Amino acid sequence: MGRVGLYALATFFALWILLPMYFITIAAFSTPDDVFAYPKKLLPTNLSTETLEFFFGSSGILDALRMSVVVAALTLLIALTVGTPAGYALARFAFRGSGSFRLVVVSTRAFPIIILSIPLAVTYLRVGIDDTALGVALTHTALALPFVVLVTASVFAGISEELEEAAMTLGCTRVSAFRRVALPLALPGLAAAAIFTFIISWNEVFAASILTLQNRTLPAEMLAVLNQSPLHFRFAGGFFLMVPSLIVILVIRKYLFTMWGRVSR
Amino acid sequence: MRAITESIGSRFRGTNMLPYWLIIPALIYLALFFFSPMVQAFRLAFEGADGGWTAEHFTMMVNDADFGRAFWFTLALVVVIVPIQFVLALTMALVVNAKLRGRGVWLYIFILPLAISDLAAGIIWYAIFTERGYLNTILEGIGLIDQAVIWIDPTRSGFLLGQVILAELWRSTALVMVVLVAGLQGIPKEYGEAAEVFGAGYLRRLWRVTLPMLKPALAVALLLRTVLAFEVFATVIAITGRGATVLTAEAWRWHGTYRDPNVAAAYAALILVLTVAAAALILRIFRTRREQLIR
Repeated sequence: MGRVGLYALATFFALWILLPMYFITIAAFSTPDDVFAYPKKLLPTNLSTETLEFFFGSSGILDALRMSVVVAALTLLIALTVGTPAGYALARFAFRGSGSFRLVVVSTRAFPIIILSIPLAVTYLRVGIDDTALGVALTHTALALPFVVLVTASVFAGISEELEEAAMTLGCTRVSAFRRVALPLALPGLAAAAIFTFIISWNEVFAASILTLQNRTLPAEMLAVLNQSPLHFRFAGGFFLMVPSLIVILVIRKYLFTMWGRVSR
Repeated sequence: MRAITESIGSRFRGTNMLPYWLIIPALIYLALFFFSPMVQAFRLAFEGADGGWTAEHFTMMVNDADFGRAFWFTLALVVVIVPIQFVLALTMALVVNAKLRGRGVWLYIFILPLAISDLAAGIIWYAIFTERGYLNTILEGIGLIDQAVIWIDPTRSGFLLGQVILAELWRSTALVMVVLVAGLQGIPKEYGEAAEVFGAGYLRRLWRVTLPMLKPALAVALLLRTVLAFEVFATVIAITGRGATVLTAEAWRWHGTYRDPNVAAAYAALILVLTVAAAALILRIFRTRREQLIR
């Protein structure tokens, strides 16, 4: 295959990915009338924020957005608090059972985790955290935890342990060596893991729909009203759900391959 | 606690208790929110109103008019999407690896959909396929059709299947590609160069050097994507409404609309069994050793 063929192929793939994003974007930034029009405009000639304003003005959307942010923030907090120590242990210690522990973490990915929200919904009713942000976040954490453990393990594995040992010979305790040497070096990688955890929760719709009724997250709310809502509501919502995902990829693109490379091994 | 305050001269490779303290929170979490609900799912699925064992929830599930539709649609999606996706992802990964100018930019574009949700992807492709949508606009613009075609036609499941496949390929191929690109980066250049010296052409090098060395990455990506493919959900609802249905969507309806957590749990149990069977099959085909998984 020649160079020309190669660039043609790459261009084809790029168009395949970018065109749908372009369509939803111009749809979201046109007037409701233009959204219903046929044939559609393929160029943004009549920009307007009316459609997006209608979406945010719809009843329940702002509350759902707030719920989504709270759930995602809780998820990343719990997942990192529980997962980071385990990741550190895997990276730094050769202990009996470390292989088995890693296997347990990896094998959770061989199970469809979202359907666990059906039995969890019954449990939450009994415990009294049904229809709460905490309940959804605890389920989303189960979804994100294996990912967090493996990624933080790879982040710490990439930081030389001699640095911590050196700090300890200079009088640091293990805890302060971790806090003053390993943690600052690990921060960018941990931040990338945190951002990705946030988006895992932001995107999740099945568990959120099962576990909430009055306090729906944004995707759950949209799914509930989707098939009875007008076109411009759907397109504005689809666009708004997509934007954070694109920003996240932009922010953490440097870490993606190390992240998934390690997670996938 | 003594382990945590150990200081000067302590070695990282000791047999102290510290690593166990560090992994216990994660273990407890997985026990509470992963293993326990899994057992609970089967209990819900088999438990009768009197507390005894019963198969009535499964009978109800199978006898429901939508069960067969959902089952075959889900299976068709998994069987079609995953193989196509791997050819697509491998092609994209190799294109990026072929020393393109602006490699970083191409790569970034190719992985853009990585974090897009199934719901957003479904809505985006609905905007394309809907009767007054972008596909008809383009086709009519270039003169292929005279008037808008109704693509989202509940009486033509083949059409609906094709649309969901396209949307899912668009959304989820990036994940496979990232894993494969990471795998390709781990292959030392010398192997390919040596094969080239001995006169192996591009395709032969691909088949004899690159793919065998990519095997672990391929196995894991396949496992991950197959599990996720069984969970296909919001894409189907956003594009087809009630025109087509999948197992997760039925579980969601039984739980929410029909208020029957037991039949929903029966669906959950079925999805679990299907997924684990598929994962076991993949591990067998690749004969992945435990060591490879936990490296």
